[in-house]
Amino acid sequence: MARIRLLGVKKDFGGVAALRGIDLDVAHGELLAILGPSGCGKSTTMQLLAGFLPPDAGEIWADDRLISSPQSVVPPERRRMSLVFQSYAVWPHMTVFENISFGLEMRKLSGKEIAGRVGQMLEIVNLTGFEHRYPHELSGGQQQRVALARALVVEPETLLLDEPLSNLDANLREQMRFEIRRIHERTRIATIYVTHDQAEAMVIADRIAVMNKGVIEQTGKPAEIYEQPCSRFVASFMGGANCLPAHVLGPGVVRCGDVQVRAADPREFRPGDEVVLCIRPHAVRVHRIRNGPPRGENLANGRLLQQAYLGDFHDLRIALSGGAQIRALTPAGPAYDGGEEVIVELPPNACRLLRT
Amino acid sequence: MAESVGSAGGAPALPSAVRKLDPSAAVFGAAALILIFLVVVPLAWIFVASVHSDADETLTLSNYVRAFSRSIYLEPIRNSLVLATAAAVLATFFGTVLSWAVSRTDMPGRGLIRVMVFAAFATPSFLGATAWIFLAAPNSGWLNKIWIAISGAERGPFNIYSLTGAILVIALYSFPYTFAFASSALELVPSDMERSAALLGARWPRITWRITLPLVRPAILAGALLSFLEAIAEFGTPAFLLIPAGKQVITTQLYLFFQYPSRPNLAAAYAVPLLLVTASLFLLQQRLLKKGRFTSIGGKGGVREPFRLGGWRWPLLAVCLVPTVCSLVLPYTALLLTSLSRAWGRGPVPGNLTTQWYRWALVENAAARAAIGHSLSYAAAAATIATVLALFTAYVAQRRLVPGSRLLAFVAMAPFVVPGIILAIGFFSAYARPPLVLYGTAWMLIVAFATRFLPIAYSGTESALRGIDVELENAARTLGSSTLRTFWRITLPLLRRSIVATWLAAFIPSLRELSSAVFLFTPSTAVITNVIFDLSDAGNFEPVSALGVLMMALTFGLIALAYRLFGRTVLFSRGRG
Repeated sequence: MARIRLLGVKKDFGGVAALRGIDLDVAHGELLAILGPSGCGKSTTMQLLAGFLPPDAGEIWADDRLISSPQSVVPPERRRMSLVFQSYAVWPHMTVFENISFGLEMRKLSGKEIAGRVGQMLEIVNLTGFEHRYPHELSGGQQQRVALARALVVEPETLLLDEPLSNLDANLREQMRFEIRRIHERTRIATIYVTHDQAEAMVIADRIAVMNKGVIEQTGKPAEIYEQPCSRFVASFMGGANCLPAHVLGPGVVRCGDVQVRAADPREFRPGDEVVLCIRPHAVRVHRIRNGPPRGENLANGRLLQQAYLGDFHDLRIALSGGAQIRALTPAGPAYDGGEEVIVELPPNACRLLRT
Repeated sequence: MAESVGSAGGAPALPSAVRKLDPSAAVFGAAALILIFLVVVPLAWIFVASVHSDADETLTLSNYVRAFSRSIYLEPIRNSLVLATAAAVLATFFGTVLSWAVSRTDMPGRGLIRVMVFAAFATPSFLGATAWIFLAAPNSGWLNKIWIAISGAERGPFNIYSLTGAILVIALYSFPYTFAFASSALELVPSDMERSAALLGARWPRITWRITLPLVRPAILAGALLSFLEAIAEFGTPAFLLIPAGKQVITTQLYLFFQYPSRPNLAAAYAVPLLLVTASLFLLQQRLLKKGRFTSIGGKGGVREPFRLGGWRWPLLAVCLVPTVCSLVLPYTALLLTSLSRAWGRGPVPGNLTTQWYRWALVENAAARAAIGHSLSYAAAAATIATVLALFTAYVAQRRLVPGSRLLAFVAMAPFVVPGIILAIGFFSAYARPPLVLYGTAWMLIVAFATRFLPIAYSGTESALRGIDVELENAARTLGSSTLRTFWRITLPLLRRSIVATWLAAFIPSLRELSSAVFLFTPSTAVITNVIFDLSDAGNFEPVSALGVLMMALTFGLIALAYRLFGRTVLFSRGRG
């Protein structure tokens, strides 16, 4: 078990900054997900963590070992880390057993001990009986579990998972999320998990670090990140959000278009500041005028532009009277009329104010 | 560096790291040294020699002045340009039509045509030129005799000893380049693109002209440039067909510079511009291929439906048979019959038939037997050197293990643009004098062949390596395996098949290499092609044919073996999935 720390890590590729100063602290036994869109620098972070690339600035520590700095990098084979690749990278010319035992061979274990450990590991990943198959005889999910077993069997201090589920089909992917979580709870190896799928990150991780354009925008527990995003990017990347330009009038009060909105957001802005009002589509309430005037705060008139039926929900696009557009996901009920006038409610405790 | 000892609880410990010199640096150093020896030194010598006087070895530019001011030296340049341009145009026409017919239509006999194109590709054009002498020599050629017999004319219409003759022969053996490039591009054009045009009302001629061919234009141009390169660098065919006609091209003129009184430094100066032309054409071709990548965007391709030609199927087949019959059926028939004749001029009539030339080559004649042995052993040694060197160079370059490895790759590919005869001049200048005298030994030919076909080995290995996801190696690294061990345990086993394929791909052309061998052999190191060249010079065509047939039997045997082992993909064209 190792605590992994990244301190001010930077990396350039030919003058293009891939990482602009990353700080991360992964505790013993923790599973941290690095979440971000493609090109945000998360794979570069992985390459640096595994020791395939040197940082241009900053340091990476495993407990009290300095393992990466611009001056020296402990090579991958001596970092006591295992990496599971997006492509699985299961060796096609070796059987399942040979794949899994490779790392133990490198550690010069006896044949008997190798067989024992591989057997145990096969059991953990539910592949007992597949020892002598070759990768091409396995399904994608099975190959993926071979890769996981191969990485875990050497009992690494740290496990790195680089989008390990992105090549699986949707059903299997969901199943494997829980599988990885279960294996982590059993082994408690400090794990860094890179993904672009926010649902995956929320299911699997103890903590999430949201990454964008080479910086970490926010780190926190899944619920924190979802409920209290600290930037417009985090808000929209985590489950989507309406982001409306607004003008601060007083503490927690903004003008958004021609509506005055109260936001239960404790953070301080000064009157006159330009901010962004964020609210999740699920939190927006929509009232039909024929049901009578609604009770509640932050009410605005709107006109329905588009509606889609999603089974459990209506997905509505509404033009607010000030001109802004807003998306709402409301519990399915009777269909709306095209162009119907509605009243939109933005509950104060769902409204967050963020810098532009 | 702060490294804690034994901090990992129950984890099996990695063997304690012994600080060693990074082995990739050592491999890099060795590969770099060998490449300098094989490529850089000989090429550098050409430039050095070109500015030294032949008379007294003083520094001078007079070689350049002489080489490019006298009309007897300028005419070969003009001839070379005419020859290469005409041959490339012709080859591109054949190559494009055949590739389209084979990969895009329902023409009958597509498989046969493909095999025949490949056989033409495998046939060295100097052998084709020899065979065409039997067919179309001014008076004695069989086609001329048939013509005279039929028409009663006084003389036949064909004269192979001419620029036109050389153009035709070279085109017949270089159209497979365009064919290969164009057909692999054509097989990547998804039918959807053509179907979209069909749905908009276009018929196949217009679709082909407006959609299909423009999509593969970069590949066609790349093939055309390669044909041009081959034609301008070709030595064998001009030597067989043009030297007797008293007409020189650059390569034959270079050869003449080495006849008595030899002027190697003048030859070097004469070679430099050709080298610059081939190098820049190659760079142009590479750019075209890069630009042409858009054809592979639709690489998934889906279903590819051939055009239904209806009544045009058979006429198209007739067109496709013209280059294949002329490059294979006629020449091989002529070679075979000549090799079985006492005197080829009398034709294949009873009483003139004999197997004595095969007995001569395989049993009776020590020189011929020795040459066959040399060819096999030198080619094997050269292929081994090229394969091993290519493997290490490509690995270091592909995986960017050492800074500057891209330069290594460039050097390994450089011989591709060097005509065999120029490479030979370089080797002769560099290694026929102290401190390192290879001339007169087998090594002279072996290293020359290895250098000449190093690019084939390199590009084969490089693309095979590209097919191996670097993550497969990285996975081993994270599990505690060093770079070297990873190479040994993961990379090499995965490359096994392509290493054998690469070896064969370097072995086969080494077996039939003429242009560098002509310069570098000595009587005790002659290979098959040397014997063929000398015998044919003396007009002994019957044993030449027997040796040629034997050489090609060996070549096709090996190709069949490689095909067996690896399928078509490794050797020639992209498979149809």
